[in-house]
Amino acid sequence: MSVLVIAAHDGKTVRANVANAVVAAGQMGSDVHVLVAGSSAGEVAKSAAAIPGVAKVLQAEDAAYANWLAEDIAPLVVKLAPSYSHIVMAADSVGKNVAPRVAALLDMALVSEAIQVVSPDTFVRPIYAGNAMATVQSAEKIKIVTIRPTNFKAATGSGSAAIEQIPGAGGNGLASFVGAELSKSERPELTGAKIVVSGGRGLASGENFKMLETLADKLGAGLGASRAAVDAGYVPNDYQVGQTGKVVAPDLYIAIGISGAIQHLAGMKDSKTIVAINKDEEAPIFQVADYGLVGDLFQIVPELTAALDKK
Amino acid sequence: MKVLVGVKRVIDYNVKIRVKADNTGVETANVKMSMNPFDEIAVEEAIRLKEKGIVTEIIAFSAGPAQCQETIRTALAMGADRGVLVQCDGELQPLAVAKLMKAVIDKEQPGLVIVGKQAIDDDSNATGQMLAALLGWSQGTFANKLAIADGTAEVKREVDGGLENIKIKLPAVITTDLRLNEPRYASLPNIMKAKKKPIETLTADALGVDVAPRLKTLKVEEPPKRKSGIKVKTVAELVDKLRNEAGVI
Repeated sequence: MSVLVIAAHDGKTVRANVANAVVAAGQMGSDVHVLVAGSSAGEVAKSAAAIPGVAKVLQAEDAAYANWLAEDIAPLVVKLAPSYSHIVMAADSVGKNVAPRVAALLDMALVSEAIQVVSPDTFVRPIYAGNAMATVQSAEKIKIVTIRPTNFKAATGSGSAAIEQIPGAGGNGLASFVGAELSKSERPELTGAKIVVSGGRGLASGENFKMLETLADKLGAGLGASRAAVDAGYVPNDYQVGQTGKVVAPDLYIAIGISGAIQHLAGMKDSKTIVAINKDEEAPIFQVADYGLVGDLFQIVPELTAALDKK
Repeated sequence: MKVLVGVKRVIDYNVKIRVKADNTGVETANVKMSMNPFDEIAVEEAIRLKEKGIVTEIIAFSAGPAQCQETIRTALAMGADRGVLVQCDGELQPLAVAKLMKAVIDKEQPGLVIVGKQAIDDDSNATGQMLAALLGWSQGTFANKLAIADGTAEVKREVDGGLENIKIKLPAVITTDLRLNEPRYASLPNIMKAKKKPIETLTADALGVDVAPRLKTLKVEEPPKRKSGIKVKTVAELVDKLRNEAGVI
């Protein structure tokens, strides 16, 4: 049986994490198809066809699919589901919205946010904010799985899968899209960035985040934040790294003025190298840091930014 | 309009959990239990809608062991009007909970359901969406702001790139994100009053719902530990380590 990956996209290309989902899907079955649902999604379908490991792209056109409303996308997936052994989505804000709806419509369990495929019916997933790892086995005829993209390294190279047009299922008018207020940034997207600079409550104001922006730009890094910094209004919600925000696993994660609540650690502890800068030497963040520097971030950050210029 | 809120009893968010030595699960005996924090936000939102005159009655729903009564009492003390507990002693997975909620909703006919976006124990983030699917209702997930008017809900949602606004038809299921509101503390007089509010107890059998787990948990383990790192003394030493030891810059 084949595996169907549902690809979220921005109207031009599929999201980068679709490549991770394809890798995970390839561990569940050998024949991986990708569904691209959208309005004028020809370019998107081509971007999906270029992902290595994809055997076929299904392109469904309907105006109702333009904004990824779960109410309209889920029935389309349900219609396609009987031909597949698995349905896979990245566990991002689209996958988390759509996949459970698909699962319930099919009367199937959902495996949420798998970090490892043990076998086609057995998966490892974090529970309790990553403080425990559960290995779960699904006896369902169709396994609906969301995967944590950072745990499945995307394959390099490119593919050339065939694109097949399929009919859409139409919209049901339950929901409509009004608009988006997306953060504009020239910096790399958090979940895909090789380096992430994150700030916490220690920054003390949104204004002080400018200091981190300068450091992030020097490193070509994405900019993140702890929940405390987002709750305090220093930065927008999409900066939040943590169990309920974004999960990142860059080569280098620099935590600045972040104490290291369990919730935050769950979102970054898979990073390859972790640096912590904090004035409190007892802060839990130091327990996961490879390199800890105790001191006043308002002195250290400018010094660090300047030191990066010197070779 | 009636609103139903889902409240789950979970290990308190301040407790550091321990994995059982036999790897069958997480230790819950003699551990402080509380209402799932995202569900507190759901209860608070329902109370605010009642204070605005949009909602007339708030029903707090829970499913699980008899002790879930305490969780419902907490919701009643915050301001919910009455409770419904579906008492089950075994493991309940999101699809089963969604089916139990649907059975109660079919009887109660609320115009709106508000639940937390995820429970901090199993971290599934699924029950609200599953319930919306079973009911054939719309869903406003990860809500950052909610406005109800003329049979529709305008929901500002927290999404990957920032915020998104959608308009959905009522009845609908809303799942709450962190910044929707700040839940109130129950006052002592309200805690006393809550003791007199009614809680109806039902069973899955009586509702005709099969709650058998669909996923089998084979084992639960501690996550791999990171090896402890070192403290550096200066910025120069840090930069040197990052360049020459870790090779990440």
